[in-house]
Amino acid sequence: MLPIIFVLPLLQLVILSNAATFEVKNIKFGYIDNDHTSTSRALVERFNASTYFNVITDFPSEALASSAMLKGEVDVVLEIPQYFEHDLQNEKHNRLGVTINAIDGAAAGVMNVYVSQIIQRFNQHVKVDLLQPSDQQIQVSNIDTIPLFWYNETLNYKTFMVPGILVLLVTMITLFLSGMNIVREKEIGTLEQINVTPIKKSQFIIGKLFPFWVIGMGLLTIGLIIAKLIFNVPMVGSLPLMYVYTSIYILVVLGIGLFISNFTETQQQAMFIAWFFTVIFILMSGLFTPIESMPKWAQIITEFNPIKYFVEVMRMVMLKGSGVTDILPQLLKTLLYALIMNGLAVWSYKKTT
Amino acid sequence: MNNNKVIQVEGLTKMFGDFTAVNAITFDVEKGEIFGFLGANGAGKTTAMKMLIGISNPTSGNANVAGFDVFTNAEDIKKNIGYMSQKFALYDDLTVRENITFFGGIYGLSRKRIKEKSDALIEELGLQNVANKLVGALPLGWKQKLSFSVSLIHDPKIVFLDEPTGGVDPITRRQFWELIYKAANQGTTVFVTTHYMDEAEYCDRVSIMVNGKIEALDTPKKLKEQFKAENMNDVFLKLARG
Repeated sequence: MLPIIFVLPLLQLVILSNAATFEVKNIKFGYIDNDHTSTSRALVERFNASTYFNVITDFPSEALASSAMLKGEVDVVLEIPQYFEHDLQNEKHNRLGVTINAIDGAAAGVMNVYVSQIIQRFNQHVKVDLLQPSDQQIQVSNIDTIPLFWYNETLNYKTFMVPGILVLLVTMITLFLSGMNIVREKEIGTLEQINVTPIKKSQFIIGKLFPFWVIGMGLLTIGLIIAKLIFNVPMVGSLPLMYVYTSIYILVVLGIGLFISNFTETQQQAMFIAWFFTVIFILMSGLFTPIESMPKWAQIITEFNPIKYFVEVMRMVMLKGSGVTDILPQLLKTLLYALIMNGLAVWSYKKTT
Repeated sequence: MNNNKVIQVEGLTKMFGDFTAVNAITFDVEKGEIFGFLGANGAGKTTAMKMLIGISNPTSGNANVAGFDVFTNAEDIKKNIGYMSQKFALYDDLTVRENITFFGGIYGLSRKRIKEKSDALIEELGLQNVANKLVGALPLGWKQKLSFSVSLIHDPKIVFLDEPTGGVDPITRRQFWELIYKAANQGTTVFVTTHYMDEAEYCDRVSIMVNGKIEALDTPKKLKEQFKAENMNDVFLKLARG
């Protein structure tokens, strides 16, 4: 059992951190060139040069392009109108048709930005090229923004995801182990034997917490080592602070697990309830979607989500180097949560029915 | 309170909704006695026993076990009793020695005492060769004897045995009863439920429960006279059939 507990989540960490990406790459790009001039070919060449686009097809007609999109063979279709070059030179403006497969709305948004950027840059280039000596007085004025990405300068999504996924794995393992535990003893009958001994309720719960707490901390340690060695995630902040916070956080999760275990009669029931909370906690944690963009009621629910605090703290400490004072609100809320959940775990453990 | 009576029960009742599982039972058990608690399946034996060992709250009535009230001092009772359930309840994934150490620890025995107890117990049960094997791998008969010995680890005043010999072969049953006699000779009161009527003959006194009530209570000899029966089996059949 112990190897399973450690090997599986760490395997997940390695696989998921590489797979759970929001970057849109390998976009299947098609175009309909009705112009066939050097300018239209230069535009297509821009897409070809981009690492995000795989220029795959030159569609002879719009009908063929839309049937290809229907089959999923192409994600983006650029339609270059006839007289593209001619109009651009004479009338200084033109229209390009861009069709994007938006089944995945988020990805479509990203593709749209990519396409627009390439066309804009091409546009500036063309403007400069087409400026006639007589038009010298017309200056191309541009406002350039130079973005600075703080705390994750290279916009490396792994830096962002690895700490979060590690949080999920530590949470799930500890929640499931503790959630299945007491109820398993109910099923096999050993709990009754414990109940006829003079053991105190709090002693029993502490005895149940401790081994899982050690496992949780062990998982965190190995996970952090993997984050550093394999993904080279920066660890700007204080490691001891990370551990202090995690040690309290795991108590919250274990408290929830033992509470579930006390209230259920079979491991199936416990499993279902544990899953129910896990899915809500994960999807509402701010790991995959920003909490700020959730509706108000959902934001209120996230206040009760321990994973949210762990994700916040993990990212703050690891990536921003936040100190105790910065994470004090999360620390105090987690501590309060731990006290409440473990209080409930002790309370809900009944030696007498 | 009479010092010789280690269990005193008066009008003890347990209701589950409308169903009366145990209906106002009254009896006493004396110190050092082997008390047989008989009844058909579903007669309420296990429910009654669970109230006496403090893991089930009675609906009404009074019960005093080892000098403590079951309503107010259940946890004090637990320090003074041992219990062996009908379902094997030691940890299968711990070894023989680990189980003994674990339960010894829960009852607050010192490390030294646990060591002495374990050695004595393992030798008495002839488990030297399997002392460091997982309990789950042992045959049922061995498990039951181990379970009984573990329930005596803290030298309780009373030991409660719920069908301790269920599913066990005749030789092991015999050995088991030898262990029970030994415990009784050392002053432990034994409260035992069983379905084997030959075992009922080994008891000092026997009560027979029918539909939640105690219908008969006496020594096996007197019960046989009272019901004009050859053996306890006939006594039981006459009572249980009404």
